[in-house]
Amino acid sequence: MNFKLKIWRQLGRDSKGKLKPYEISGISPATSFLEMLDILNEQLTAHGTEPVAFDSDCREGICGTCSLTINGEAHGPSHPAAACQLYMREFKDGATITIEPFRARSFPIVKDLVINRSALDRIVQAGGFVSARTGSAPEANSTPVPKHKADLAMEAAACIGCGACAAACPNASAMLFTSAKISHLALLPQGQPERRRRVLRMVRQMDAEGFGNCTNTYECEAVCPAEISVSFIAKMNREYAIASLGERLGE
Amino acid sequence: MIGTLDSRVPAGPLPEKWRRHQNNSKLVAPNNRRRFEIIIVGTGLAGGSAAATLAEQGYNIKSFCYQDSPRRAHSIAAQGGINAAKNYQNDGDSVYRLFYDTIKGGDFRSREANVYRLAEVSNSIIDQCVEQGVPFAREYGGLLANRSFGGAQVSRTFYARGQTGQQLLLGAYQALCRQIAAGTVTMFPQTEMLDLVLVDGHAKGIITRDLITGEIVRHAADAVVLATGGYGNVFYLSTNARGCNVTATYRAYKKGALFANPCYTQIHPTCIPVSGDYQSKLTLMSESLRNDGRVWVPKRKEDCGKPPNDIPEADRDYYLERKYPSYGNLAPRDISSRSAKEVCDEGRGVGPGGRGVYLDFKDAIARLGEATIRERYGNLFDIYEKITGDNAYKAPMRIYPAVHYTMGGLWVDYNLMSNVPGLHVIGEANFSDHGANRLGASALMQGLADGYFVLPYTLPNYLAGQIGKRPSTDHPEFVKAESEVRERTKRMLDVDGKRSVDSFHRELGLLLWDKCGMARNAPGLQEAIARIPQLREEFWNNVTVPGYGENFNQSLERAGRVADFLEFGELMCRDALARDESCGGHFRQEHQTPDGEAVRDDENFADVFAWEYQGDGAEPKLHPEPLVFESVHLATRSYK
Repeated sequence: MNFKLKIWRQLGRDSKGKLKPYEISGISPATSFLEMLDILNEQLTAHGTEPVAFDSDCREGICGTCSLTINGEAHGPSHPAAACQLYMREFKDGATITIEPFRARSFPIVKDLVINRSALDRIVQAGGFVSARTGSAPEANSTPVPKHKADLAMEAAACIGCGACAAACPNASAMLFTSAKISHLALLPQGQPERRRRVLRMVRQMDAEGFGNCTNTYECEAVCPAEISVSFIAKMNREYAIASLGERLGE
Repeated sequence: MIGTLDSRVPAGPLPEKWRRHQNNSKLVAPNNRRRFEIIIVGTGLAGGSAAATLAEQGYNIKSFCYQDSPRRAHSIAAQGGINAAKNYQNDGDSVYRLFYDTIKGGDFRSREANVYRLAEVSNSIIDQCVEQGVPFAREYGGLLANRSFGGAQVSRTFYARGQTGQQLLLGAYQALCRQIAAGTVTMFPQTEMLDLVLVDGHAKGIITRDLITGEIVRHAADAVVLATGGYGNVFYLSTNARGCNVTATYRAYKKGALFANPCYTQIHPTCIPVSGDYQSKLTLMSESLRNDGRVWVPKRKEDCGKPPNDIPEADRDYYLERKYPSYGNLAPRDISSRSAKEVCDEGRGVGPGGRGVYLDFKDAIARLGEATIRERYGNLFDIYEKITGDNAYKAPMRIYPAVHYTMGGLWVDYNLMSNVPGLHVIGEANFSDHGANRLGASALMQGLADGYFVLPYTLPNYLAGQIGKRPSTDHPEFVKAESEVRERTKRMLDVDGKRSVDSFHRELGLLLWDKCGMARNAPGLQEAIARIPQLREEFWNNVTVPGYGENFNQSLERAGRVADFLEFGELMCRDALARDESCGGHFRQEHQTPDGEAVRDDENFADVFAWEYQGDGAEPKLHPEPLVFESVHLATRSYK
């Protein structure tokens, strides 16, 4: 297969970037999208040109490292999947493919297609944990958890932290990411003691990082490789309302 | 000079060793803990849990990872589960049985006391993770669910769908985040360790490169912990993440730390087969699939091209069930992998290139219904479909073995300290618990055991004597190490040759897969040992690394890692050649029974082979550590 590529090239955070055209040919349909970029980079290297910087690690959709916007869609046209799980058989032979980094105010560009997502880490640092000191845990089966709750918690916990939700959102909101962690822990008995404090801190950190608000366009859910449901955003809003009311009442 | 290796295994009966050791270990008082700085490299299950726990105890931690977030360490990709001796299924499990299965699974090439301790702390890990909010699978009654895994006849594996590694890692990551917020951990993401710094023979710091800015930085500490994972990517194609590398442990080896059993590599039986030469990695299908999937190939070569559903039962060879009736499809990984290779070598493999076998769920779907299978393995079936375009609910999966895990690693004693004082090594990066073959669901167990429950108790044995001994980064050893790193980086950029870094890596990988993969023999290993230095020579004269050292440069990152693989691969082959027996994942074709089973030589090889670096181009020196078995009888492994 042959493709025309338009790839975002940007030297560094403060440089100006632009889309540059490339052509690539002889690609097998079973090649993954990132392997296609590997092949391009081998060719660029052979011609003494600096290869395209792009991030990836596990290449099986779980580490959340890859961060490509392909033809305007975060992670590309195949859903649910991370860009590393996209195969060239999904594209038409001869197609023009535009490749950009995830775009969000809070994800500054490092180089070409590589972005800085440390804002997401800081949201978790604000309270996305259970303060369980190593060694103090009770016997694991001493607190039964109803299966439907454990399953729902797992659905929320499946978030891979890639940030596609914020990249897809017209407001660059990170609410799907934040609500997934808040819901995961709020659904489990172990998350109860810090439940209110967690939601207040995480939501405030999310705002402080410059992420926007949710206006119910649900683009986040559409691109999420882990199929996180927007219903968790509704849950987060309820959790936040109760916690902030409690805070105001001095509870 | 290194004398006899002292494993520092405490005296006493096996079940009492760890408790006695804890009682006799040194302590650091809370007010003194904050005077110590500890460097931990790697934020996977071992590094993340160790950093969180030690920080909680009051130490100052500097945590490093090459990824853009500690949450992305490759532990995240582990699918299947984590073992523990809870005996929740009331099926006869116990600490002793988990210990015995693990040491037997390792083909009696691991250290008895370490493995027993691992089994002992396994239950605490489950308690700890549940308390952190890890959403393990549960039964309708609300209690934790279990499943069985290869190499065990009890159901002791805890799991979170097919994403157990992800959930356990996020638990450790969140504990780490809590400490970062508390200011007890300073996090250095996208920072790669490029050398270890020894001061007066003690590990007292590291040299790093900031992968964003290219800045080379010195970091001093009172102790250094390496939790940098395995070296499976030496084969180029493996199930490891692209960035996984041997650099940290190999640099430590070059500074005097012993590398133990590098030839023990695990080839995982259930991966998606290779489809073309552009391929950048192999994807694992969790071994848990073997609980419900049946492995087969056609009985006749002529049938290999037929659609699998057109091949009648009578013409199928369920070779694992045939050869190993009591374990069947749950035979350990090394045995399952080798059996797949054998049937493909016989010409009965399926799919492109004839390197694949079927993993069939037809019977399980008929027995349990598609919904149950979907609930158990849905995400794995989805992954399979994304990669191959095939629906495994309708036709069997095709699988083939791939490099997955490395049991070898830096040599450590019972305290998880290497022979270099102050240098501790945990998780996959050390060699200690899995012997010559790791059983399924025990990597997660070991990583978290080391990080949450072993190192936090044993590290004070070193630290107690070290108050006030942290050197300044102006110490001449730091200056020297930094200038060596700079010089090496510059050398790589200056070669300006014709071949890409990846092309060297691919060539090395193919060579090793061929000569030091699932089956090995002396002439092949000798050939590889002769070829690798030539490839290395060519690398340093003909590699091309575009760009500069002073900014974000992924080609340069890879070049440094591949340069180390090009040295390490030779060490691996030397170890495989010296180990003139078959054991676990190390199958020497010279040593097998008439029906192709591995033949161990306990008389001559019941040792750990620990290798000491002797200078570039010089043969490394072997230091055997005899394995002492006080409690188990060295049996011939049988899964028949």
